[in-house]
This record gives sequence, structure tokens and C-alpha cells, in this order.
Amino acid sequence: MTTLAWKNLFYDKVRLAVTLTGIVFALILIIVQFGLFLGFLDTTANVVVRSGVDLWLTAPGVPHVNGAAAFPEKRRYKALAVEGVDRVERFALQFAQWKLPTGSQESVQVTGFDLDGGMGGPWNIIAGSVEALRGDDTIIVDQLYLEKLGVKGLGDSIEINQRRARIVGLTQGIRSFTTSPYVYTSFKNSQNYTLLKEDETYFLLVKARPGVDLQKLKADLKAAIPDVDVFTNDEMRSLTQSYWLFTTGAGVTTLMGAVLGLLVGIVVVAQTIYSATVDHIREFGTLKAMGARNSYIYRIIIEQALISATMGYSLALVAGWFVAKSSETGNAAILLPPEMAVGLFFLALAMCIMASVISIRKATSIDPAMVFKS
Amino acid sequence: MQPLIELRNVTKTYGTGDSAVHALRATDLTVRAGEILLMCGPSGSGKTTLLSIMGAILSATSGSVKLLGQEIVGIKESRLPDIRLSNIGFIFQGFNLFPALTALENVEVALTLKGLSKSAARKRAQELLEQVGLADRMKHHPADLSGGQKQRVAIARALAGDPKIILADEPTAALDSQSGQLVMETLSTLARDRGRAVVIVTHDSRVLHYGTRMVHIADGRLEEQAHGVQQSNQIEHEGVTA
Ligand SMILES: Nc1ncnc2c1ncn2[C@@H]1O[C@H](COP(=O)(O)OP(=O)(O)OP(=O)(O)O)[C@@H](O)[C@H]1O
Ligand SMILES: [Mg+2]
Repeated sequence: MTTLAWKNLFYDKVRLAVTLTGIVFALILIIVQFGLFLGFLDTTANVVVRSGVDLWLTAPGVPHVNGAAAFPEKRRYKALAVEGVDRVERFALQFAQWKLPTGSQESVQVTGFDLDGGMGGPWNIIAGSVEALRGDDTIIVDQLYLEKLGVKGLGDSIEINQRRARIVGLTQGIRSFTTSPYVYTSFKNSQNYTLLKEDETYFLLVKARPGVDLQKLKADLKAAIPDVDVFTNDEMRSLTQSYWLFTTGAGVTTLMGAVLGLLVGIVVVAQTIYSATVDHIREFGTLKAMGARNSYIYRIIIEQALISATMGYSLALVAGWFVAKSSETGNAAILLPPEMAVGLFFLALAMCIMASVISIRKATSIDPAMVFKS
Repeated sequence: MQPLIELRNVTKTYGTGDSAVHALRATDLTVRAGEILLMCGPSGSGKTTLLSIMGAILSATSGSVKLLGQEIVGIKESRLPDIRLSNIGFIFQGFNLFPALTALENVEVALTLKGLSKSAARKRAQELLEQVGLADRMKHHPADLSGGQKQRVAIARALAGDPKIILADEPTAALDSQSGQLVMETLSTLARDRGRAVVIVTHDSRVLHYGTRMVHIADGRLEEQAHGVQQSNQIEHEGVTA
């Protein structure tokens, strides 16, 4: 590092503050917009991502996980006969009416899973237990939605589709993208809540034997059971995410927000770095007159950009972490996964270096009139 | 003795076509070691243009420019920084010091450009600042120095590479009379005692007697002035020595 790069940056504290403010706000904008977008993606498909499923069997034409249709559960036996299949569990995910103690209704999504196998079950249990779902008419809800559902917590009873339901467990952070919260229960209970016939299911969840090629297994299942659709977990996730992303206004808005946040962020950083460089243009001209090579001047400019980027990034990351933290209990999730934090660092570096490279041309073509001006 | 600066038939035209400005027309000029050449002329006459060409920061449109015998017209642009670094010291009307650096660091920058190690640069910078009478101002930033002091820091910095040629554009214009005298003392000592060539653009009538030679430029044409300049060795000056 050259002395000049450091000293130029730190000599004028006001200038430095302006530069850093520009970079920090641009990065926070990107963090929030992208975090919302990632939160959106995560929220729309969290039940799929966390399901532990290898392959999903659905009725033909099911577009995504929240759009299931019932089909005969006896297909399960055909699936179990396919080489490479370890387990097949029934799974329900269906909208139902939740009656609040006040008498009004809320829509919920009943999620019925196999208590023995556990695929598609809840995570982040903070009170009660999954085992408690073995009792009749028992459910687990997320504490984010207690108020919306008009209940206080464990032990409260309400009605789902005119059937009693008692809360025996609470989770934390299982958000629903729709306005209908997830309500976990055993598959057996869910048949009652969703008015499913005794011999029907909404999904069959397949766990493959270790080391089995899932693409091959998918083809084999499809061949063995022609009247179901088969999806890998990844396919189900991306179908669900694209559905909510592209068919709802909210999804497109979030995506646009992320793209615009990125563009605005880049422009703000570019502008900030550019003006910081141009401020020192006379000094760079003087250096050239003194016999400095262009490479020396590039180095100073890029070092200044790197220092600014690193400082701006560190501040923005701290702020972003607090934003993400406080969103955990809010309405919209803002995610800041480590990959994004790392990516953001390189983005900040790239933006700062690009912006300084743009200003480099200005700095290295010296105009004698400029260095000689009084 | 070989001239340090030799210009033959140098012209400079800015722009082309209708908007072309003929800033220099067929200029011949030779500057030798020990000379203090003063350049005068009205605003816009081409003084800065000529100085920039001599200093290898502006290329001539045609003609020949030799610095210490080496032709610089037509050579690769990438070789010019090294030529400036080893041969030329610039002094500017506006000082052009680095505001974020102390006087000492300002001079050190020039020395590290020359390839000196940090400690060698520090030692040499101290010597140079002592030579221009600023031993007690080394840790000051330019903002805390007077105009005359700033210009002496700039001189110390220009001398860092031990250049044979010193080019100064209006070095005293921003200074009061006394500081101006001190700066001119320093510059003339360099020429007289160290065999350097010093070229000074000036309007300042108070400093004319420091020159050993004087040229006048009007409308891009150079004219040698026979009179009005005293030989510098006829006057005795008190002041700093380089
Ligand atoms: N980069 C440029 N592009 C176009 N014309 C220029 C440029 N630099 C200088 N000129 C023109 O060339 C002529 C000579 O300019 P120069 O700066 O050499 O004059 P000068 O004698 O130094 O003037 P001053 O005493 O005002 O500093 C002027 O007419 C000026 O307008
Ligand atoms: Mg000029």
C-alpha cells in the first residue's frame, strides 16, 4: 500500500465520511432488496427445501407444492416395489378454514405428515413436541402467527373445518408466503381437516436408498406408475418458487426491487468513487509530471478504492446483520446468508474497482494546462 | 559543452481545422547548464506550452526536442515518464503539493519514485528540506505553511531526482515580494553552483534581475531579449544555498 492512498483518504475526514456513506447506503440497499428476494424464495419453498424428500409423487398436472390434488394412496405399493426406493410416506398440504375463538375465520394450510418417517415435518420446535401429534386432533403452529390465528399458545383449542384442534407444539420461523399459515399435524389428522378420503393422499414422498441415482429412480417410478407425476426435491422447489415469483405481483415486485437495488447501488458507488478520484486529479497530474508511470497512479487509485470498499462493506455488513436479525420476528423475511455476505464483498470490490478504472483514464491523461493552473 | 535543452523548429498546434490554435510557431531555443532563462510574454502567448514541451509532458506537433542530447519527439510515450523522472524538475505557480502529506512526505514521494528505500528517502528528504531552509517545518502539512514555504517544499521535491533541468511556471506569482526573492535565490543558486539549467516563466518584474538570459514570446513566436537582464554573477545575494 502506498502512503499516498491512505493519507489521501484519511486526510479529509468529511470527504471520507461522504464516500463511506455513499458506499454503505448503496450496499445496505442491495442487502435489503436482495435479502427480501432471498427471503421470498426461501419462504415460498421452505416446506420443500426442509422436507428431506428425494422424490415427490403427485396427481398428474400438479403445478407446485401448494396446488396439490388428491389421488389414490394405493400407488404407494407400486412405488415401494420399484428398485432403489427405501420408504414411501403419505403427505398432505391443503388449504382449510380455521375458526378463531371470536367466530371469524382464517385460511390455513394443513400439513399432514407421517409421524414415523417424518418427511415434510416441522423444524425449529420451540415448545411441545412432534411426538405430541400422536394424540387425536393435535396440531403444531408457528409462533409468528399466534395473533393472526387468535390463540395464545400451547393447549389452546380451536376448530379447523369444523373439527376440534388443540395446539401441542410451537415452531419458530416457519413462514408461509401466502396469507395462510402452515398448520402441522399427523397425516391421519390431516385427512379429517382436509376432508380427504380414507384411501387418498395429496402426495407420496419417496426416500431413496443411499447412493441411488435419483434421475434414474425418477424415470423408473414414472414407468412403473404412469398416472402420477414425479419430481425431484429440487424440481419441486423451483416449480414452487417460480410459481409464486412469476404469477404473483409480489414476486415480480421483489425481483424488480432486487435488480433495481443492485443497479442503484452500483451507480451510487460508481459516482462516489469517481468523484473521490476526480477530487485528486490535480495530484495525479502532478505525479505524472514528476515522472510517475501510469501503473503507479493506477495503483494509488485502486488502493483507495479497495480501502473504501472494505471499510464501506464492513459497516454495511454490520448494519445488514441487524436488519436481517430484526426481520426474524417481522412480517417479511430479509435473509443475509453467508454466501450473500461473501458475494457482496466481491461485488463491493468489483464496483469500487470498476468505478475507479473509469476515473483512471481521466487521471492518467495529463493536461499540462491543468497541472500548471494556479 | 552539450546543451541541456535543444529545440529546433518546434511547433505546437492544438486542435485541427477551423478550431486549430497555433500556440508555437517554428521555435528554436538552446539552454545550457548554469543558465537561468526567463520567459516573458502576454497571456496566451504560448509560454506554458513551450515549458510543457521542454518538460516532456506535451508533445510537439513538429520539430526536434532534445533533452541532454536525447531526442524525445517521436519516441514511445511509455518512455517519457522515465525521462521526466531523471531529467526534469517542475515547479508550479500553484505549488501542487499533496495536501494530505507533510512537507517531508511530499519530498519522500518524489524520492520513492526514484526507487529509494523508505529510510533512504527519509534521510535524503530531510537534507533537501534543510537546504531550502525548512528544517523546522518538516512535519507540517501544506495547509500550515506560508506560500513561500510551500514553494520551497515544492523546490525540494523538484530537486529530489537531482534533475539537470528545472522548469518553473510563474513560481513567484502567488508569493509576496520577500518570499519571491527567497525562492528566486534558491533557484539561481541551483543554476550557478550546481550547473543546472533553470527555465522560469514569469511576469514578475521584481525577479527579472535573477535571469542570465531572457526570451520574449508573443503569439507563439520567440524573440531573444538582448537587454534588461543583468548577469547573475554581477550581483551578490544573501540567502539559502543548495
Ligand atoms: N489544451 C489546449 N487546447 C487548445 N488550446 C490550448 C490548449 N492549451 C493552450 N491552448 C491555447 O494555446 C495558446 C497558448 O497557451 P499557453 O497556455 O501556452 O499560454 P501562456 O503563455 O502560458 O498563457 P498564460 O500567461 O495565461 O499562462 C493559447 O491561445 C491557449 O488558448
Ligand atoms: Mg501559462
